[in-house]
Amino acid sequence: MTSDSTPAPTPAAASSAAPVLTGSGAILASLERLGITDVFGLPGGAIMPFYDELMASTAIRHILVRHEQGAGHAAEGYAAASGRLGVCIATSGPGATNLVTAIADAHMDSVPLLAITGQVFSTSMGTDAFQEVDITGITMPITKHSFLVTKPEDIPGVIAAAVHIATSGRPGPVLVDVTKDAQQKSAPFIWPPKVELPGYRPVTKAHGKQIQAAAQLLVESRKPVLYVGGGVIRSGAHRELLAFAEATGAPVVTTLMARGAFPDSHQQNLGMPGMHGTVPAVLSLQESDLLVAIGSRFDDRVTGKVSEFAPHAKVIHIDIDPAEIGKIRHADVPIVGDAREVLLDLLPAFRAAAKEHAPDYADWWKRLETLRSQYPLGYTDDPDDGLLAPQWVIEKIGELSGPEAVYAAGVGQHQMWAAQFIKYERPGAWLNSGGAGTMGYAVPAAMGAKVAQPDRLVWAIDGDGCFQMTNQELATCTINDIPIKVAIINNSSLGMVRQWQTLFYDGRHSFTDLETGSKSADEQTRMVPDFVKMADAYGALGIRVTKPEEVEPAIKLAIETNDRPVVIDFIVSRDAMVWPMVPQGVGNSSVQYARDHAPDWHEE
Amino acid sequence: MTYHVLSLLVEDKPGLLTRVAGLFARRGFNIRSLAVGTTEVEGLSRITVVVEVEGLPLEQITKQLNKLINVLKIVELDPSSSVQREHMLIKVRVDNATRSQILEATNLFRARVVDVATDSLVIEVTGDTAKVEALLRVLEPYGIKEIAQSGLLAIGRGSKSISERVLKN
Repeated sequence: MTSDSTPAPTPAAASSAAPVLTGSGAILASLERLGITDVFGLPGGAIMPFYDELMASTAIRHILVRHEQGAGHAAEGYAAASGRLGVCIATSGPGATNLVTAIADAHMDSVPLLAITGQVFSTSMGTDAFQEVDITGITMPITKHSFLVTKPEDIPGVIAAAVHIATSGRPGPVLVDVTKDAQQKSAPFIWPPKVELPGYRPVTKAHGKQIQAAAQLLVESRKPVLYVGGGVIRSGAHRELLAFAEATGAPVVTTLMARGAFPDSHQQNLGMPGMHGTVPAVLSLQESDLLVAIGSRFDDRVTGKVSEFAPHAKVIHIDIDPAEIGKIRHADVPIVGDAREVLLDLLPAFRAAAKEHAPDYADWWKRLETLRSQYPLGYTDDPDDGLLAPQWVIEKIGELSGPEAVYAAGVGQHQMWAAQFIKYERPGAWLNSGGAGTMGYAVPAAMGAKVAQPDRLVWAIDGDGCFQMTNQELATCTINDIPIKVAIINNSSLGMVRQWQTLFYDGRHSFTDLETGSKSADEQTRMVPDFVKMADAYGALGIRVTKPEEVEPAIKLAIETNDRPVVIDFIVSRDAMVWPMVPQGVGNSSVQYARDHAPDWHEE
Repeated sequence: MTYHVLSLLVEDKPGLLTRVAGLFARRGFNIRSLAVGTTEVEGLSRITVVVEVEGLPLEQITKQLNKLINVLKIVELDPSSSVQREHMLIKVRVDNATRSQILEATNLFRARVVDVATDSLVIEVTGDTAKVEALLRVLEPYGIKEIAQSGLLAIGRGSKSISERVLKN
């Protein structure tokens, strides 16, 4: 466990039988042996030796993207939809820095991602060589770990370690930067390599005492809420959650990252909490006496002003990352462990405790049902400007596509509406950039999801702003036969910023007009670019929808068209807003159901 | 402001110090002093770091540090159960009138003179923070030209060893 604890092949295991491979060959052989079947990337000088090997691979499908950021988000979408590792590849310098946004995104949302980058010759490093950047240095704060490889014999061990780190514990992005000389030189390829990571031992099994304490709190509670986060999806704990929730009878809220972790159709699901959460979900947390946080991290978009968040609640916090526990909110019962394993242990503990002391949540449910019937999610379905209601369009897409489809959203109003008005019944159906809030996530993420699950209907629900950041991947989709559907919720503006400007900046709409759609039914903007023509140019089917009666036929045509990607340009109202809303910086009890309309709130 | 002394056993990897220092910076923790060196075990280094902490966040610091793959073990060393030393080199101005007084102070503090010139002395002192600071105060009136100071070094009292425990697991 000293210097030979580095993930590298053991000399003892080296035998004359080991084939001699170039470093590039070793990368490929390692990926193949680790079961990788799809990678997204774009070649360049410093990664050319690896691309030369990749060309011959029959086990790995490489999808040539049009921008490295697209490779990163595609790998994320691939991982988020399927639960498998996503892999992206880029060259040194700008190729590598173009991955940075996607890596940061994966870091925030705990997406298992392996980024492989070429690096200049080790002998040139530090000389400001052509296309040299210190990508391990740049990505240090946004990766779970990173490796710089300068010797071919280190490659199998590093790739195996990187994959292990990315996919185990709390998943996350791992970067492997390989110098060109390490790719070109040869070494014996020893597999499996010895991977020793003495400083990395994620705890998955929880402490029995804490489980008992949690069960006890739960049966004594009168107003519990299961506050479910994305960790449940990453852990694959949705079945265990369903069993546990039904055994307890406690209400469930699913955060933006957890939509689909618990069926929306389930009676116990109160919906999404947070800034744009449902009133029942937001107020259930505020009035609760016990939060059971499962794979959630008390994000500021969920808590609002932390000092006023769930003021009467004790907290049971279940997370695989010990650093999340107590980071924002003190945990009365901290439980470090994998969500699935913890829930498996918690269920019998709860049952045993309930025998001694039967929990009674009847009054709690009475209150929650009142909130639910008084404050259902809703919207104005005929905006004053005569344009389509964006919420209705999104709801229709969800209705016609069903729960088996995959929905990848960009960031902004359309993302919130897609989180609110599409019904999610299974994990992996809803993909979005939750923590980082990366505009441009939708198209490449949908592309990645479609590669991972080609039999599923995959939608990118995008905004006109977001779409213009990454739409070049439509070329990738057309050429590689990845028939995704893109719904542009085109309000001709940076809608969420515009909403804030309307609400908090006296309606001064500073630089949020994109001129891609219409100002009203009577007044079109210049439509630059024309998304239908653009779709056509990319070999996709482009459809423009401006009237309510066109909505359903267009969605149906998109669903039926599978020989190429489809882009529907829905021209919608720019004045539609996302409600409910908790304004930033105030407590969640100040949730507004609609503009200037706060729900009846019983201060206790 | 309260200070805590953390002793980190780490794998000696390229960029390790950047990872640790960067973590402190981006999470908003302040480093008061830092000392890095090899250990009795090849491939392992020890980082002794003094952090400024207000109440709760120490736990956040150690938890975040523990997430670094190359960090094997973190121990907080309490002053009462550990030996803590600083090392300082002090260049002080001297003349014929002050030389003997300065030498006397040096002896009283069990410090040593390691360089002599006609108009200056370099004094080497080792001790806990209070002792080092006290010597500085005594020398200040004579004119301190330059100081070079190490980070705090610390090790637990008694026979227990952090690295031994880590290696056993």
